[in-house]
Order: sequence, then C-alpha cells, then structure tokens
Amino acid sequence: MERPAWVPRSIDISVPSVSRIYDFYLGGSHNFEVDREAARRAMEFMPGLPKIMQANRAFMRRAVRFATEEGIDQFLDIGSGIPTFGNVHEVAARARPGARVVYVDHDPVAVAHSEAVLADLDDADVVVADLRGPREILAAPQVERLIDLNRPVALLLVAILHFVEDADDPYAAVAELSDALAPGSLLVLTHASYEHVPLPAEQAGGAVDVYKDIRNPLIMRSRDDIARFFKGYDMVEPGLVPMPRWRSEQAPEDEDPYAFSGYAGVGRKA
Amino acid sequence: MRAEPDGPEDRLRRFATIWSRAVFPATSTSSTRIEFEEQLLPLARRLSEVLRARTFDAPEARAVGGALVDAHCTDPEALSRTLDCVDAYLVLYCGDDGDPEDLRARSARLQHAMAAGFAGALRARTLAEQEAIAQAALKAQGVVAEALHASEARFRAVFEGAAIGIGIADLDGNVLQVNEALMRMFGVADPMLGGRRATEWTHPEDAPQTWRLYDELVRGEREHYHVEKAFYRPDGTVLWTNLTVSLLRDADGVPQYQLALMEDTTERRLLNLRLRYEATHDALTGLPNRSFFFERLEKALGAGPEQRFGLCYLDLDGFKAVNDSLGHAAGDRLLVEVADRLQACATAPGEMVARLGGDEFVALTTGRDTRREVDELAGRIMNALLAPVSVEGRELTVRGSIGIVEGAAGERSPAEVLRSADITMYRAKSAGGNRFELADPEADARVITRHGLTTALPAALDRGEFFIEYQPLVHLGDGTVSGAEALVRWLHPQHGVLGPDRFIPLAEHTGLIVPLGRWVLEQSVRQARLWRERYGESTAAGPMRINVNLSPCQLTHPGLVQDTVDILERTGVAPDALCLEVTESALIGADDDLLKPLRRLAEMGVDIALDDFGTGYSNLANLRRLPVSVLKLDRSFTQSMQQYPADPVDLKIVEGIVALAHSLDLTVTVEGVETGAQAEQLRVLGCDTAQGWYYARPGPPDRLHELALVDATG
Repeated sequence: MERPAWVPRSIDISVPSVSRIYDFYLGGSHNFEVDREAARRAMEFMPGLPKIMQANRAFMRRAVRFATEEGIDQFLDIGSGIPTFGNVHEVAARARPGARVVYVDHDPVAVAHSEAVLADLDDADVVVADLRGPREILAAPQVERLIDLNRPVALLLVAILHFVEDADDPYAAVAELSDALAPGSLLVLTHASYEHVPLPAEQAGGAVDVYKDIRNPLIMRSRDDIARFFKGYDMVEPGLVPMPRWRSEQAPEDEDPYAFSGYAGVGRKA
Repeated sequence: MRAEPDGPEDRLRRFATIWSRAVFPATSTSSTRIEFEEQLLPLARRLSEVLRARTFDAPEARAVGGALVDAHCTDPEALSRTLDCVDAYLVLYCGDDGDPEDLRARSARLQHAMAAGFAGALRARTLAEQEAIAQAALKAQGVVAEALHASEARFRAVFEGAAIGIGIADLDGNVLQVNEALMRMFGVADPMLGGRRATEWTHPEDAPQTWRLYDELVRGEREHYHVEKAFYRPDGTVLWTNLTVSLLRDADGVPQYQLALMEDTTERRLLNLRLRYEATHDALTGLPNRSFFFERLEKALGAGPEQRFGLCYLDLDGFKAVNDSLGHAAGDRLLVEVADRLQACATAPGEMVARLGGDEFVALTTGRDTRREVDELAGRIMNALLAPVSVEGRELTVRGSIGIVEGAAGERSPAEVLRSADITMYRAKSAGGNRFELADPEADARVITRHGLTTALPAALDRGEFFIEYQPLVHLGDGTVSGAEALVRWLHPQHGVLGPDRFIPLAEHTGLIVPLGRWVLEQSVRQARLWRERYGESTAAGPMRINVNLSPCQLTHPGLVQDTVDILERTGVAPDALCLEVTESALIGADDDLLKPLRRLAEMGVDIALDDFGTGYSNLANLRRLPVSVLKLDRSFTQSMQQYPADPVDLKIVEGIVALAHSLDLTVTVEGVETGAQAEQLRVLGCDTAQGWYYARPGPPDRLHELALVDATG
C-alpha cells in the first residue's frame, strides 16, 4: 500500500539504506554498521561491486559534462542518494557556471544530508520525493524555482530504475517525466543487468538476494528492457553500452572487468 | 612546463605515473587514471622537496599523506601501495645527488610521517562523515517525527472528534482504546470500558453469525465484517449499533488489532419500532390492526404439522345505529371499551385480538387443541359483551355475531380463512345475531359462488356471455305456436350455463338488472321481428308474440317506457308483438306511480302479463285496476294435474280463475305443461295458451321455427 504523501515513512537506521550502501562502496563513511554489513554480504558474492559504483560515478561525470557541452544548464537528478565527491552540481558548475541542479531522493536521511551539503548554494536544491510519483516531483517548489521546463533539461536516472519493480511501472513513471521535458532534453540512465557481469549469474544472484533481504529488491533487466526506457529519445553515440564504453578517455584495458556490468546510455528527446 | 628528457621534472612525472598506476586500482575516485596522475603530481613534487630539504619537514610529509585522503584514497590499501612506491622509487627518481644513506633515512622518516598524516586525515574524514550522516539521520528523524506528530495529531483529532464510535482491541478482545463518541454511546467515562473484553459484550439479540464472524476475524481469516448489534450499557439500557469490525495487520501482514467502528442506531431503531407499531396497530383501540393480524394468521397457517388455529370473527350487532344516533365519538368510545374487553379474553400464549376495521374484530388462537379453545374463546367473548357499556351516561347493550373458523395449519390461505369467517359471521347475523356459528364448507361455497357470480356479472354483459332461449307458447285451441317466452341464460366460463334463478336476484341486487333487462328486451324484440319476417305478420292464432320478463327493479326504473319505445321503433316491431311479464308479487300493493309506466305501455298496445299468478296473496279485486291483459297461472296449479285423477279442488280453482279472468277480459296462460292429459284438461278448463316441456323446452330461436313448421303441417 502506498502511503499518502503527507504520512512520512518512519526513519529506522537499523534498516540498511541503498544510498548509504552506495556511499560505502565509494569509500565513504556516510553509513552505519547495518549498511556496511549488507554491503559486505553483497560483496561476498560480487567483490567488484565498488568498481561498478565507481564506473557508474565516472559515467555520470562524463554524461554531465557532455550535457553541458550540449548547452544544457539545468539538471534533475532523481535517486541522487548521499552526496559524495564529484556530485552533479560540482561537475556541472565547473563546466558551466550558473548551472542549476535539483536532487531528488526518497531517503529522508540522504535528503537531510544533501540539505546540509547544499545549504549555502543558490543553484542547487533537494526534494524528498519518489520516482514512483513523478507528478509530485514535477510539482515540487524546488523544481519550479530552479528548473525551466520550457528549456532542455538533463534528466538523470542513474542507478535508480533497477530499484523500481515492474509492479510500480517504472516505464510509465519515466514516460510521465519525459512528457514534461522540452525537446532537446537528455535522459541520462544507468541500469543493473546480469549482462557483462564477470561472474556466473547464480553468483551475482547472491548479491541480488541481499538487496531483496533488505527490502530494496534489485531488478536486473535485459538490454532490450532497459532500451525501452528511451522511448521517444534518439540515442546519443555510442548508444546503450557498458559504462566504460561510453565516451571514456581511458583505455578499456585499464578498466576493472566489473566496470562493464550493466548498461549506460544517453538519449536526446526528439 | 616542458620536461627535459631525464631532467628532474621528467623524473618527477615518471614517479607520479608509477605512483598513480600503483594506487589507482585501490582508489574510489571517479576520475580517470590520467586525471588521477595529475592530482598526484603536485603531491609528488612536495615529497621530492621534503626528501631533499636540509631539515626534515615532518608536517609537510604528513600533509601529503593527508592529501591522499582528499583524493579519495580512503582504502588503507592505497596507503600501503603509496608507501611501497615511495620506498622503492622516490629516492631513485627524486634523490638527485644526495647521500644515498641520508636519502634512505629521510625517505623512511617521510613515510612514517605520511602514514601518520594519512591516518589522521582518514580519521578526521571518517569522523566528519559519521558526524554528518548521524546529523542527517537525526534531522530526518526530526522532520519525520514532526510530520508524524502532525499526522498523529490529525489522526487523534479525527479519532476523538469523530461522530462515529471507534474502538481498538487486541486479538484477545482486550479493549485498548475507544474514542469519545463510543464512550458517549455507552454512557461511560472510561476509555477502557471497564476492562471488559470484546467477547463479553454479548446480547440476547445477537444475530447467529455475529460471533462466528468475530472468530474468523481474530483468526485472520476475514478482513472485516458488518453486523447490526445490540450492547448493554452499564446502566442496563440497550444500545443498538451498526458495527463494522476490521482486522489490522502489521507490515508483515500478521494480524495485530481489531478496529471497531460503530454507529448508534438506537434512536433510529426506536423510530422504526414505533413506525412499525403504528403500521401494525389500530390508532383508536391500540389493538393489532389488519396487517399485523394477517401477518400472525399467515404465520399460524404456515406452522408445522399438527398445529391448528381457531379464529373468531366478531361483528357488533347494531353498531351503525349507535353511530347514527349517538355520534361517532360515542361509537368510538364503545369500540375502545369492546376492544379492552376482548383483549382481556385472549391473554393466553398463542392468542391475539385485532381490530380489522369499523366494528369488526378478530380473536385468534393457535396450538394443538384449538377445537376446544376456540369455542371457549367465543364463549368468553360473548360473556364479555354481556355487561352493558356505559357511554355518555347511557348504558348501551352490546351484542355481537361471531363466525368461527377452526382447522389445521397448512391447508388454507389467510384470505380464505378470513372469508370463511366473514361468511360464517354473516350467517350468525342473519340468524338473528347475538350468537356464534361454526364455519360450514358448503355454506361457504354457496356464498362464495354467489359472490363470485355477482362480481362477474358486469363483465359478463360486456363480454356477451348472456344468451336467450325461447320457450314456445302454444294456443290450446288449435295447438298452433302463438309466440315464445324469452328466457335469459348465462354461459359462465367456469360454471357453464346458468339459469335466471342463479343470477337475476344478484343482478337485481347490484342494479345490473337494468342494462341486462334492456339487452334481453332488445334481443327478444329483434328475434320477434325475424320471426315475423319469416312467418308473415301473423300465425293462425294472431300475430307471433314475444314474452319478456320484467323484474321489479326494472319496473321502478324511470327509463322503462322510453327504452321500450326506442327498442320497438328501432327494430320496427309493433307494440302488440310484445308482452311484458310482471310477477304478481311485484305488483302487490302497487300504487299508481308504479302502475303508470305499465299503463302507458298497455295504452301503446304492449300486452302486460301477470306472471306466477296465484302464488302471492293478491287482492283479486285489485285485478281490475291493473293494466294487465294476460294471467299466467303459476306452475303449482298444473303440477297437481299431473296425477290422475286430478285433485277436484284444484280443478275447481283453475276453472274459477279462468272464469274470473275471462270475465275481466283477460286471457289465461298456463305454465309447466308436461303431459298431453294435462294439456287436454287445461283446454277443457278454458285456458287459452300453454307452455311447458310437453310442447318444447326453452331452446334456440331456430327450434321455434321447426315447431312452427310442424304446427303448420299438423
């Protein structure tokens, strides 16, 4: 049952949070023992998980830079999690001073931390909302204040859609958000998949089970299913590919094999 | 800056490259290795300077160690690899021409300082981040708690302010909390309801499924249920509710609480009961009314085998006179008193008294022994009516007639039973009243048929269910057919052909006789015209005539003369072809007003026959005054002539009547002639015309034709 928006979930830091687990993978200490415990269990099955997260961060950095080169100066990052180094607003502002960013996450702790980090910034803000309620996101005052939907926007759905089950219809949510965007907007997306994971699927499945145990099931989708999120978008070269293959300056052989797990892509709204 | 090959700058960069290659896999940075190398290059330069400085700058070495943490080398492995790299390559690439021993010693110290700096920075960063996330969690909790508090306050306001009663109990039925409205409903001030468990709130009127639903709910087999339920309030009064109970589960779906929502329906129920009472009781006497009685009677008649019922149907004798003479208020008071007395007669279980309306009451008894009981009940009622009723200072004697129906359940419908009782009561009444009679199926059947025929009469005329048979009238002198008497018949869809004796009295009673008589007259006159067309204007005995009976009712109908004239004119039949038969009894004591229409008809030429002559006590002298031209001797005279030899006294009487009639210029017709001897005798006695089975039974008009032909040839 979905709660009405005005009834917040309770905060139980004895329950692992995917944002804090992600932070742990990235070497951060914005996490609690429960998070680390879950992360370590997942890593028993997939020791290279941190490398996937790192590749994910690196892709995001490249994609944001690409967006600024395309002239985009407003970013909507849904599922932003715990702000660590190399955040969207830092990358964007360095490439294009004055760029505006709205972060969205449904984890109140992540949002509270983001608020602290962004407290002194005028061009970035954070909203507590859920990807499954796109209308709420679009109607948020922060979005209204910082983002002009009549101009192109970069919509970042980085490492979030694999946490939305089919029952919650992530395709409809993405479509609804996309409908609100002006032509020329970019959809920046990464998604977990069993494809290109340098492990047998059963072993990777162990890590997936950990997420199921912490009630944040990880939905592994095929490349075709992930490609369907880009309905209404023209894929930017080189298309939907493993993360290190997307406009990377680094030679693929320098990359960790885990970095190739899953898919990344950028589409331009027609 | 452009590095000279193998110059110090180039060597420094090569060190940075080696360093970055070694550490990069252990970092968490999102930078590429090239970018990472760019980050390390200034650190390498600082290390190089510390290595070669005259005095060892420990803080600078620590700062470089700390800078690694800033470059997101937070994994201890990154430090290990860094120190390996410094140990192996720093002196080699950045040592210049210094003393190898000194450089090695300096490198060692430098590494110690770097390690300390790294550890310090990592510790600081870890603590800062832990602090930040803890703060964030705390803040989030605060925000959520605040929102929760707000929503909880909202919920509490809803809970407390709701007009509907809300209560929460655990699955053992322990009441945990109830709201104000529920406390008000129960009339208590204790939110735990005195610690009573939900299962203790039973009430005798609980529907059979109430507690089964409850058990299913607390076992988790049912999500909610809805019942109408009564509760005893602590003060003993009864609270009626519309109760909805829902099962509350926890996040894992395990049943936890039961939530009761209840609406106080006591008032509404009372109102319903009152409306029901009003709908089922007589406003004047307070007795159950007709609809309530029917309900009970229906139940009694639908009871199982061996169950019987007894019913007394009481109608007060002469009540109308009380109403008419003393007024309705007095009548009402009388009814109230009677009702009270009747009520006192039927107090046993299974007995009831009701007022059906007006002065009609019923008393019902049910059970196995109603044969005896109903008699006693009727006796008690008659007794109860013995004492006069005092109304407005007058002592009124009350009498009643009772029809009793008694029988086994399951045989008759309530309407049938009540009809039988009604018929029986009328039987008691027509036997003089102030008595009771027992129902008799045959008597019922007669009345019922009579009633059925009466109600079917009007439609029967519209549907053309009547037809006319004709019985020839034969001239005794020459045996020719002189005419026929029209006799109306009813072809009843269920009962078959019915003679006039079955329905003419009913038609007179309802007034239908007037249109029916007009119809008979018209049909008969048309038939007379047909005969005239066929046989010519006259037979040997004079013109063919048609005899039509007039009932007393028709006699007094103001349209009689005009209707008759109209019909004769319409059909083009001369008045002398028509003879109207009037019974002697209808004319006994007739005054001039009554005779006037007959006179006018007679003046026009229509014959008037005095039917059934000799049955009444007619004043013979009166015969002169009457506008009649024919006497029809009643069949009782001819019956006595069927024996041989005929009673000489009867012969004398007939002879006398004939002589009297002839002297008054009246012709004499005899009915009921069945034998040739009879006919001969009557001819000898001087009778003019005869009819009877000897000649022909009543039949269709064509039969007369045959008879006339036989006549003509014979």
